[in-house]
Amino acid sequence: MNMRFASLRSLSFGVVTAVAMLAAAPAAFAQEGHGAPKPHRESWTFAGPFGKFDRAQVQRGFQVFREVCSSCHAAHLFAFRNLAQPGGPEFSEAQAKTVAEAYKVQDGPNDAGDMFERPGRLSDHWPSPFPNEQAARASNGGAYPPDFSVLAKARTYEVGFPGFLIDIVRQYQEQGPDYIHALLNGYKDAPEGVTVPEGAYYNEYFPGHAIKMPPPLSADQVTYTDGTPQTVDQYSRDVTAFMMWLAEPHLEERKRIGFQVMIFLIVFAGLLYFTKKKVWKSVH
Amino acid sequence: MSGHATFEPKNPALKWFESRLPLVGLLHSSFVAYPTPRNLNYWWTFGGILSLMLVCQILSGVVLVMHYTPHVTLAFDSVEHIMRDVSYGWLLRYIHANGASMFFIAVYIHMFRGLYYGSYKAPREVLWILGVIIYLLMMATGFMGYVLPWGQMSFWGATVITNLFSAFPVVGPTIVEWLWGGFAVDNPTLNRFFSLHYLLPFMIAGVVILHVWALHVVGQNNPTGVEPKTPKDTVPFTPYATIKDGFAMVCFLLFFAWFVFYIPNYLGHADNYIPANPLVTPAHIVPEWYYLPFYAMLRSVPDKLGGVLTMFGAIIVLFFVPWLDTSKVRSAAYRPLFRQFFWIWVAVCIGLGWLGSKPAEGGYVIAGRILTIWYFAHFLIILPLLGLFEKPRQVPASITEAVLGKTKSA
Repeated sequence: MNMRFASLRSLSFGVVTAVAMLAAAPAAFAQEGHGAPKPHRESWTFAGPFGKFDRAQVQRGFQVFREVCSSCHAAHLFAFRNLAQPGGPEFSEAQAKTVAEAYKVQDGPNDAGDMFERPGRLSDHWPSPFPNEQAARASNGGAYPPDFSVLAKARTYEVGFPGFLIDIVRQYQEQGPDYIHALLNGYKDAPEGVTVPEGAYYNEYFPGHAIKMPPPLSADQVTYTDGTPQTVDQYSRDVTAFMMWLAEPHLEERKRIGFQVMIFLIVFAGLLYFTKKKVWKSVH
Repeated sequence: MSGHATFEPKNPALKWFESRLPLVGLLHSSFVAYPTPRNLNYWWTFGGILSLMLVCQILSGVVLVMHYTPHVTLAFDSVEHIMRDVSYGWLLRYIHANGASMFFIAVYIHMFRGLYYGSYKAPREVLWILGVIIYLLMMATGFMGYVLPWGQMSFWGATVITNLFSAFPVVGPTIVEWLWGGFAVDNPTLNRFFSLHYLLPFMIAGVVILHVWALHVVGQNNPTGVEPKTPKDTVPFTPYATIKDGFAMVCFLLFFAWFVFYIPNYLGHADNYIPANPLVTPAHIVPEWYYLPFYAMLRSVPDKLGGVLTMFGAIIVLFFVPWLDTSKVRSAAYRPLFRQFFWIWVAVCIGLGWLGSKPAEGGYVIAGRILTIWYFAHFLIILPLLGLFEKPRQVPASITEAVLGKTKSA
């Protein structure tokens, strides 16, 4: 708290009433903002009341994650079995098993008291690239590559007034994916007069602009087998969709049940309304 | 006013039981025969909605506890385990997390309704004070619940709020260490918050029973603020109030479901999906939306102790409203000046809420100070003076007259 009080600055606003203050607020506070542009709102297949993941896209996103991101980023809540569960990439169980078996997992202790390595099973979680945070930092110039498990829900940007109210009506909650997509495409040469510290890269959308992650994606880096264009933009969309599924694996089920609940409640409310009218008829 | 037991059981077994413990008769007189003013509008349905939300929170919470682990290294992942692996765990957690916000939306409407129609005035002072106690308990419960997922906002919110107590001279630091169970927010803090988060809702339920009891002694206020005089002024609770409350509850559930199923993380903070890290402070530490007006007041005062006292004072002052309002007329419907000041005060509260979400710098602080002063002036200056200088409009002789007069002119 102390740091907040320390930053108090007094500005002379003259005599203004509380009401006038509120009315003039947007102009008076325009100096806010830390120089990062707002990420562009993309059209995601999983947005909106009937949103669903595009299976092929989430599968491609998983491919990008496995071949690129997972060499530095962990996803410790991600289990191999999730790959075959409904509402996600929906690989077959055999495919998910094949993915799991490609990884060595430490198990044990066995009867002799020794730890041993065995091929991964469906119930195993995605192996982390580093044994601990310190090891991850040591290999990444001091920066910790964040865990992917719920990352798509852990990032956002400020929407501001009145957009934040409109988002309730529009059911827009895809700020996280917007930000990740923007960040992955936000690498630029630093503008004149801005020096980026050694080992960091200029990124338009990263808070403070100096990000330790080198541009992770480049064209034709991952080979798609379904003819989808192999561009940075496409890769970033695919991996973002995968990350959103990873962060919210029951999103489709939630929206499907939500629609049933809404229909039920609307019908129920209608019945109650007419019953109420009938009951109260004699009083009014 | 209180409904007399008109319940006479016919069933011999029930008769036997009723003569030993008149439980069914009590329920009958409280929720069936209880006379309720015939002119209540839909703002009066929020009491029922709040009871529904309390039950909803307790039920979902009890099941969540079966899967949650209150330990700093496991709490975050156990919440995610609920979200991913527990059957309909995502639904339970989103109901519980959004339910807290819905509870506060309903309680704020309920309180604003009480303030608008003068429901705190004699003989309803105790009823009102019990309500303020429930509100205080809700704030504590909500705060401790938000700490349990042990995300970044959980941890830093807990750090900021518990640190407030260090502002008190002499005993401050001791109180803070006692709250923490150590020298920083850590596992003992999480454990005791978990314990209290489970306890307080049952205390709320207890005070709710007193609140309803007090209500049934003095009877409900109504939009005219005139007490019921003849049986024509009231209708029995069942079926009239039950069906109306039921309809309002289902409408409220529609609103609730919109958030739970379509924008379940809208009312939370993205930062709380980052596991707690004592070494990294988030750029903006912001409490849940329902505390924002108080957070704005806290930061408006350039002195820590002053800020803390102001924040607590904003709630304490509510206890004295029955005596600060000197007007003989209850309802704002017949108080032209009060009505305007009431809406200005509502705007001030919303303005403070908005300022609470902004960084404490520059113009935001100036605006926060002006609105904080207005908030207190409303209770300490405007309410007492209005009663002396305002000329209220003619109050109807009875509820029935008010209702029939309205239908004629409509």
